[in-house]
Amino acid sequence: MIRAPLVILGVVSLTFLLLHAAPGSPVSHLLGPSATPADIAVIERSLGLDRPVAEQYLRWIGQAVQGRFGVSIATGRPVLGMIAEAWPATVILVGLSVFLGHLFGIGIAAVQATTRHRSVDRFWSVVSVVLAALPGYWLAFALVMVFTYTLRWLPAFGAAGIDSDFLSPGEQLVDRLTHLALPLATLTLIGIGTTARYAQGTLKRVAGDPYLTVARAKGIGRLRVLLRHHLRNGLIPVVALLGLSLPALFSGAVFVEGVFAWPGVGSVLIHAVQARDYPVVMAATTVSAVLVVLGSVVAEALLHRVDPRTRR
Amino acid sequence: MSRTGRLGLVMLGAFAAAAVLAPWLVTVGPSDTTDIILTRFLPPGTVDDFGIFHVFGTDRLGRDVWSRLVFGARISLAVALLATAVSVGVGITIGGLSALAPRPVTSVLLGITDFALALPRVVVLLLLAALWQPSAALVVLTLGLTGWMPVARLTYAETLSHLDRPYAEGSRALGAGPIRLFLTHLLPNVAPPLLAATTLGLGNAITLEAGLSFLGLGVQPPATSWGTLIASGRDTVVNAPWVGLVPGVALVLVVVSATLVADGFETSSATEAARVR
Repeated sequence: MIRAPLVILGVVSLTFLLLHAAPGSPVSHLLGPSATPADIAVIERSLGLDRPVAEQYLRWIGQAVQGRFGVSIATGRPVLGMIAEAWPATVILVGLSVFLGHLFGIGIAAVQATTRHRSVDRFWSVVSVVLAALPGYWLAFALVMVFTYTLRWLPAFGAAGIDSDFLSPGEQLVDRLTHLALPLATLTLIGIGTTARYAQGTLKRVAGDPYLTVARAKGIGRLRVLLRHHLRNGLIPVVALLGLSLPALFSGAVFVEGVFAWPGVGSVLIHAVQARDYPVVMAATTVSAVLVVLGSVVAEALLHRVDPRTRR
Repeated sequence: MSRTGRLGLVMLGAFAAAAVLAPWLVTVGPSDTTDIILTRFLPPGTVDDFGIFHVFGTDRLGRDVWSRLVFGARISLAVALLATAVSVGVGITIGGLSALAPRPVTSVLLGITDFALALPRVVVLLLLAALWQPSAALVVLTLGLTGWMPVARLTYAETLSHLDRPYAEGSRALGAGPIRLFLTHLLPNVAPPLLAATTLGLGNAITLEAGLSFLGLGVQPPATSWGTLIASGRDTVVNAPWVGLVPGVALVLVVVSATLVADGFETSSATEAARVR
């Protein structure tokens, strides 16, 4: 809990350092090759980029804790507005894919841990290894090829169609959901692979434990033994891993957002990094760090709930 | 090692061999073009008007996809191998130091490791790759410096668990200093789980390198990696899907083999441990 703000401060400081240690200035990017050194100096002064780095750093921190993130250098829009529009999209995408990935992944793992047929276990092992190995951007591309170009079922770009403002509320919802389908499927399929791979190991480890034999001997049904006893204990490491894997999940989402032009923090970050938009990069990394840290706090609370031994 | 682990090793070996032997496996160079209009977007398995057979077809400039694949493997595999070497080197150093150094150093190093684990890796990669001139060397460094934490944690935990075993005590009693003890006695004993982590890291590095190149932030043209190939295939997805599919399938196969090898190491080290006990 105490570490959370420190991690965020660390990410912010590292980002600041990297931005300012990099060669070149954002202003020369902005003004293009025809800009004279005098022009660049004027703009740099107006943006405060001519001040010592330490002063800029302290000023940025001072402003950020008050919720002021400045104005985008590239677009002139307030950074806070850009981030405020972007973060719900990322949370929806990552949150839903984590939920669905765990739901189906644990389902597959439960089948593998309880089946009596080795071939069934083998089959799902192969499926989950392949799913886990798929690079997000490539799976995205394959799904677009099938569902957008070949079948023409689902859109491949953005979060809503260009005509969405003219649709009825019901149609708007359908429009949103069809736009969500492919990015969500991409992240979920990979999540199913990684979760199933990990969970089948932890479930098989406890599969021979005496308490399960006792439960079965008492005449409890197989499904109930699985849900109440086997999963209850066998999934504790899966919950523990959830918090640790959030940075990786967010990282995966950055690529997928980029491919699908999904208007989340990842897309904002990719555009800002390419345009050297200092204030936006700083704000986007801060928000991603906050999201990751908040997520791990939630995951830790969840762990305490399912495993009383971790409570202190 | 398990049968699937050996299968993974064989597959990895085949890819490595294809990369090394690239010039002898192709009939046309990866950037060779003849008549672009006549030879572009040929589907897999066609012979073009100049009598050249294209097993995986051609891209929009009439370049041979198979040739680009095996030459791209050179860069993709080399970058991933070097990056993994960097991260394993850093990881073993930091993990070993955390296990053997005095307490204050240990807590600082472990704190740094935990912090680095909490960073979204791609965010750091994006920053580093976008702000400096993108190049293969930069990709190696950034992947290496953002991938060492699992190795460091494993080294630390495994070394600690071996520190009070009789052989370690014995070598200390014979006067071995901490560095000698670590390098000649502890490291070989903690190697199997480290090898597993290394192969997994290799798979990750290949994927991330391709991801960066895909975004245009990795290896720069004319050098080609699998990421650049996938990216170029994205533009021609409608009329020539094979251009992006072929390198993608290759990438997945390499990562799957790396996973199989890592699983093989894990089970074999567990069975070894069982045999010793």
